[in-house]
Amino acid sequence: MLTLQCPYCGVDADETELANGGEAHLKRFGPGSDDDQFHDYLFMRENPKGVHLERWRHAAGCGKWFHAARCTMTLEVFGTYSAQVYAPPQEIKDAITTKRPGWSWREFQ
Amino acid sequence: MSTRLEKQGRLIDRSKQVSFTFNGTTMRGYEGDTLASALLANDQMMMGRSFKYHRPRGVVASGAEEPNALVGLGEGSRYEPNQRATTTELFEGLTSSSQNHWPSLEFDVGAINSSLSRFLPAGFYYKMFIHPQPFWKHVYEPIIRKSAGLGKAPDKELKDADTYEHFYAFADVLVVGGGIAGLQAAKAAAKSGAKVLLLEQNAYWGGRAPVDGGTVGEQSTDAYIDQLVAELEAMDNVTLRTRCMGAGVYDHGYALGYERVSDHVPGAQGPRHRLWRIRAKQIVTATGAIERPLSFAGNDVPGVMLASAMRDYLVNWGISSGQRVIVATNNDDAYRTAITLKKAGVDVLRVVDARPNAGGALADEARALGIRVDPGKAIAKVKGGKRVKKVAICNQEGVGGAREEVSCDAVAMSGGWSPVVHLWSHCGGKLIWDETQAHFRPDAARPPLGSDGNGFVIAAGSANGPLELGSVLQDAQTAGEAAANAAGFTPVTENAPECETTAENAMKAVWLMPENAEIDLRMKSWLDYQNDVKVSDVQLAAREGYESVEHTKRYTTLGMATDQGKLSNINGLATLANALGEEVPQVGTTTFRPPYHPISMGAIGGEARGEVFQPVRQTPIHGWSDDNGADWEPVGQWRRPFAYVRSGETVHDAVNREVKNTREHLGLLDASTLGKLIVKGPDAGKFLDMMYTNMMSTLKVGKCRYGLMCSENGFLMDDGVVARIDEDTFLCHTTTGGAERIHGHMEEWLQTEWWDWKVYVANVTEQFAQVAVVGPNARKVLEKLGGMDLSKEALPFMEWRDGKIGAFDARAYRISFSGELSYEIAVPASQGLAFWNALLEAGQEFGVMPYGTETLHILRAEKGFIMIGDETDGTVIPQDLGLNWAISKKKEDFLGKRAMERTHMTDRNRWKLVGLETVDGSVLPDGAYAVGEGVNANGQRNMIGRVTSTYFSANLNRGIAMGLVLHGPDRMNEFIEFPGTDGKIYKAKIVDPVIYDQEGKKQNV
Amino acid sequence: MSNPVSALNHASYDGIARIDEIGLQGMITLRGDLSSDTMAKAVSGLTGQEIPAVNRANVVGDTGLCWMSPDELLVLVPYVQVEAKLAELNTALGGEHALAVNVSDARAVFRVTGDSARDVMAKLAPVDLSPGAFEPGHFRRTRLAQVAGAFWMETDGSFRIICFRSAADYVFNLLKVAAQPGSKVDAF
Repeated sequence: MLTLQCPYCGVDADETELANGGEAHLKRFGPGSDDDQFHDYLFMRENPKGVHLERWRHAAGCGKWFHAARCTMTLEVFGTYSAQVYAPPQEIKDAITTKRPGWSWREFQ
Repeated sequence: MSTRLEKQGRLIDRSKQVSFTFNGTTMRGYEGDTLASALLANDQMMMGRSFKYHRPRGVVASGAEEPNALVGLGEGSRYEPNQRATTTELFEGLTSSSQNHWPSLEFDVGAINSSLSRFLPAGFYYKMFIHPQPFWKHVYEPIIRKSAGLGKAPDKELKDADTYEHFYAFADVLVVGGGIAGLQAAKAAAKSGAKVLLLEQNAYWGGRAPVDGGTVGEQSTDAYIDQLVAELEAMDNVTLRTRCMGAGVYDHGYALGYERVSDHVPGAQGPRHRLWRIRAKQIVTATGAIERPLSFAGNDVPGVMLASAMRDYLVNWGISSGQRVIVATNNDDAYRTAITLKKAGVDVLRVVDARPNAGGALADEARALGIRVDPGKAIAKVKGGKRVKKVAICNQEGVGGAREEVSCDAVAMSGGWSPVVHLWSHCGGKLIWDETQAHFRPDAARPPLGSDGNGFVIAAGSANGPLELGSVLQDAQTAGEAAANAAGFTPVTENAPECETTAENAMKAVWLMPENAEIDLRMKSWLDYQNDVKVSDVQLAAREGYESVEHTKRYTTLGMATDQGKLSNINGLATLANALGEEVPQVGTTTFRPPYHPISMGAIGGEARGEVFQPVRQTPIHGWSDDNGADWEPVGQWRRPFAYVRSGETVHDAVNREVKNTREHLGLLDASTLGKLIVKGPDAGKFLDMMYTNMMSTLKVGKCRYGLMCSENGFLMDDGVVARIDEDTFLCHTTTGGAERIHGHMEEWLQTEWWDWKVYVANVTEQFAQVAVVGPNARKVLEKLGGMDLSKEALPFMEWRDGKIGAFDARAYRISFSGELSYEIAVPASQGLAFWNALLEAGQEFGVMPYGTETLHILRAEKGFIMIGDETDGTVIPQDLGLNWAISKKKEDFLGKRAMERTHMTDRNRWKLVGLETVDGSVLPDGAYAVGEGVNANGQRNMIGRVTSTYFSANLNRGIAMGLVLHGPDRMNEFIEFPGTDGKIYKAKIVDPVIYDQEGKKQNV
Repeated sequence: MSNPVSALNHASYDGIARIDEIGLQGMITLRGDLSSDTMAKAVSGLTGQEIPAVNRANVVGDTGLCWMSPDELLVLVPYVQVEAKLAELNTALGGEHALAVNVSDARAVFRVTGDSARDVMAKLAPVDLSPGAFEPGHFRRTRLAQVAGAFWMETDGSFRIICFRSAADYVFNLLKVAAQPGSKVDAF
C-alpha cells in the first residue's frame, strides 16, 4: 500500500486517502479534432514497466489533484508535483534521471 | 507417555491451577501453559487426525509452526475452528475439541483413507473424478464437500460475540520478534533516539534463547532478557507489545501487527483482536528460525516431535514428552535436547546421528551423561498407531535394511534449522541458499525496496542465518543500528555482549532417512503433515513432469495449508530438487505471502461490523421515516424510504396508495438526498456550459433549467435542475448518488484542465433538507403555512424564490419530476424535521401522505422522464433518450460534444427510448430483452431492445414500461416480444414514453 | 426561525474517552485566494484569528479558522451569528473572487476528551497521532474509517471532529466502538 506526499498540504498520505486518476499530462482534443486525435486522447494510454507519470487526488484529504512520478515495477516514488502543469518540472525529471538514467515516457525524457 | 515433571517449567505458575476440557474431558493445567503443554501434561499425545488420511496426529512443534494440533476452541458465539494448541494460552474454563474425525478421535471411520493411501496419491482427485462428467456434480462433489474442509465452520446462525478494531501506528523502526535478537536490535535502534515499536507474538519475551541456555557476559540468558526488557521499558521512544504478531510486510513500509488482546481472557471488556496498521521507515525482522523435521517412515506418529519442541516443553512447561526417548538428528543442536532430557531424569535411549562422524562437544557431553550415540545411523521406521511404540534403526546409507528395533515412546528429530524469512520475503526480499546450514536466508544485497528505492527491511539474528547466541546478538546489534541509520538517526555504535559458546560440528543435509529408502518407507515419510503430503507424492509429481516448484505445490498441496509450509517447505523443495536431479537453489522457493500465520477475519474487518459495517447516510427526516413504516431502499450510501407501509398493508399496497394519493391529493417526498453544488465566479457560466450539454450561461437569475451532464466520451452521467442564484452563482442539483461524484468531476476539470478559470465549487447538499410538495393540493398546503407568495404569477414553473414559509427560511423551486403541480422546498437541515412535521400537520385537510422512491419512480415513468441508472447504464447517450432538445447546438464545445460526433454515436441503429405497453396489461419483467428476426453468430436470437424501467401504475391500473428499442421511435404501435426468464413471452406495443398528461398541463397550474 | 436541531441533539458516550456531539456550530466554507490581503483582513476581522498555516487550526471556543486546502478555509463562528457573519464576510471581501457559503447545518461536530482521546482517534484515521506528531492546533482532513472527516486538537488535548451531518450517526457509533471500555491501547 503506497504513500504519496501531497504537494499541496504536505501530508504523506496513505493510499486509503488517495484516488488514482490515470495517466498524467493528457492533452484534451475537443470539437474540431480529427478522429485519430480524439481516439488517442480518449483511449490510448501508456502502460509502462518502469517510470510512469500519473494523476492522483488527495480525495480524503485536502481534495487537490496532483501528479506523481513513480516506478510501476519497484513502486519507487521519484516525486510528486503540481497538477497545474503540462509537463513534469525539471527537478522531477532530474530526480528520475538520477535513479533511471536514459528513461523516457511519451515525449518526456 | 507424556507427563508433567516435578521441577522445571519457567513459564508456568504451579500455584495457579487451571481446569479446561478437551473433547468433553476435564483436565488440569497451570497458568502459563499453552493448550498443547497442558494436553501433554495429561498424556494426551494424540491431538487430532490428519486432513486427508485421518491418521492420528500429535503435537510436533511448540509454536506458530505447528501443523497438527489444530482444535476447535470455545463454544457457541465464541467457537472458532483450526486454533493451534501450541499458540493457545490456557485459561480457566477453556473448551476445546479435536478435528477431522468421526465419530471420535479414538475411533474414526475416515481413517480407512489411510489404508487406501496407496490409491490416493498426489493429484488423485484431479485424475479420478473427471469421468463420467455428470458424476462430478451429483456424486463426487457432494461426497468430497462432505469430507473436505479443515475443522468445522461456526454455526451460521450465531454472530461472533466479540468486537475487533484497527489501530494506526507510526514508527521509525519496527522490530518484529521479541526474542533475544529482537530485543537487542530494538535497543540498538532505540539508543539513536529513533521511535521503535517492538512486537512479540507470544505472551512472554525472549523467544527460545532461555531454553537453549548459554550465558551473555556474566548473566544467564534469562537474566539478560529481563535486563533488556527493563531497559526498553524505561525508554520513552520505545513501544513494546506482546501477544502481537508481525503478520505481514507490504509496500512503502506498511506492516500489519495482529494483537490478540483478550484471547486468553475471553469475554473481557474491549476488543478481542486489534489489527495494527503500521507505517515504519525501517523494519527489522527478528523472527527467529524453525527447526525442520526429518523425513523417515512414520515421522507423523504421535510422540514424534521436533527436538527443539521437546526441549521447549521440558524447560518452559516442565513436560516430559516421553519416558524413553530416541533422538534423531543431522546436527549438533539436537544433542541439547538429549542432554536436557537426560538431566531432567528422562531415559534417553540413544542419539541416532546421520553424520558418520556424529557430533562435537555436545555429543561428548551427551556421551559423558551416559547417552549412547550412534553415528551414521538413521530411523528406518517408527512403529505404532496412536503413539510411538518402537523405532527401527538402520544405516543412513543404503535402502534401510538390517534394522534394529528399539522400544521407546517418543522420538525427537532435528533436520537442521531454517530462518523464518516470511516477513523479509513478503514484499520482495530475495533469498540465498546457504550450503553449510542447508537453508535459505535473506540476501541483504536484495532487500524489499521502499518508496525511496532503498531497502526498508533488515533481517536480524537467527532469522538472518546465524544460529549461535554470540553471533545472533552481534547480528541483531548491527541490524538495529543499521535500521536506525537508514531511518535517519545516528546510531550509537556498540558491540553486543560476549557470549560463552560451544563449538559445533557441521550439520549434514539429510532429506530422507535412510538415504535411499524403499518406496514403502517413502510412502510413510511425511513432508507436509497438515496436508498429508509425503516424499513419494513429491517424487511422483516430479515424474509426472511438474518441474516448477509452484506447480508441484498446487498439484501435491505441499505447503498449502494453514501453516503455509513452515515445517515442510525446505524438505519438500529438496525432495523435488533431488527428484529432478537439480540443486535446491535452482528449484527455488514458492512465494511467501502474508499473513505469516492465519489472522482472524474479525481483525481484518476491525470495527466494521454490526451498525458500523458501512456508513448509512441519513437525512434530517430519516428518523421520522423509520418511525413511520419506511421500507428502506439503499441509494448510494443513503437509505431512502421505498414506501411508507401502514399496518395491514403490503409494500405493493403502500406504493399503490401513495401513487394515487399524490396524483389526486397531496404527497410529500424527502428529497434531501439530491446533490446541491454551488458554482460561483466570473467564469461560472462558461464553466457550466462545458459541464452540461445545455446552455447554462444564458439562464436568467431566478430561473431553473433541467440539464444533462455527459462524460468526455459522450455518455450520460448525471442530470438535474440548475438554478441561477445571481449573476456569478449557480446551484446545480445532482442525482442522489451523484453529489460527491459530480463535485469531484467539476473539481477535476477545474484543477487539472481549466485552472485559470475563476470558478469555485462547494458541496452544500447537506446544508438543506429538501421536501417535494406534490399534487393538486400542493399550493394550498404551502399557502396555509403562510409566508411568501407562491402563486402561479409570483413563482412560475421552472423558477425559484427565497422567502419565508411559515416560520421557516425557505428556498422554493417550482419544479416537477412527477408532472403534477409541485414545489421543492429547501430549508436549513437543522429545521428539516420541523418543516416536514409542519407540512404534515397543515396537510391533514388536504389529504397529505408521505411517499417513497417507488412512487417517485412510477410518477416520473408515467411522464416518460428518464432516471440516471435506469435508462442510462454508462453506454447511453442523450440522443438515445430523445433528449436532443437538451443538447445545445450553439455551443462550440462541451464535455462529450466531440464524442457524440463519432460514427458509433451517430449510428441510426442505436437503440432509442420508447414507451412499452403490454397487450394484457401485465408488468414487463425488468431488464427483459426483446428478440427480433434471425440469430447471431452464437446461434442466439438477435436482440432488438431491452426494458429499462417497468412498473405497475395504480393510476392507469396496468403495467407501464420504458425501453430502448432498435428504430423504436419509427415503429410506434408495432408489437415486439420479450421472452421472460419465467419461460413466458411478453408481448408489448411500442408507444410514446409520455403516458400521463401528454400536454403537460397539470404541472403548470 | 424554528428551533434548530443538530444531527444527534447532543448525544454523548462515556468509555475510555468521552464523546460528545456538541450541537450546532456556525461554519462557513470560504474559498478564495488565501494570500490576498483583503482575504486576510476579512477573516481576521471576522474571527480575530490569523489565517492558519498549512494543516493548522486557529480556533478558540466556537470561533476561528481551519486550513482546509490551499484555497479553502473553514470559518467557525457562533451558530446564531452565522448569517450575519456571512454577510459581513461578503462585504469585507468586496469584489474579490471568492465563495463563502453557510455549511453549519451540513455538518456534525464531536468532541473527544480524556486521557485516551489519542487512542480513540488513532483507531479510525490513518494519521500519526503520537505526541509530537499531532499537537494542539494541528488540523487534519482525512477519513474516519469509511467516511470523510476533519479534526483538530484543542489546547486541553481534546479533539474536535467535523463530519457530514448525514454521517453523524455512523461517526458517533464508530467513536463509541473505538472508545469502548477495555480498549485502551496505551501506545502513546
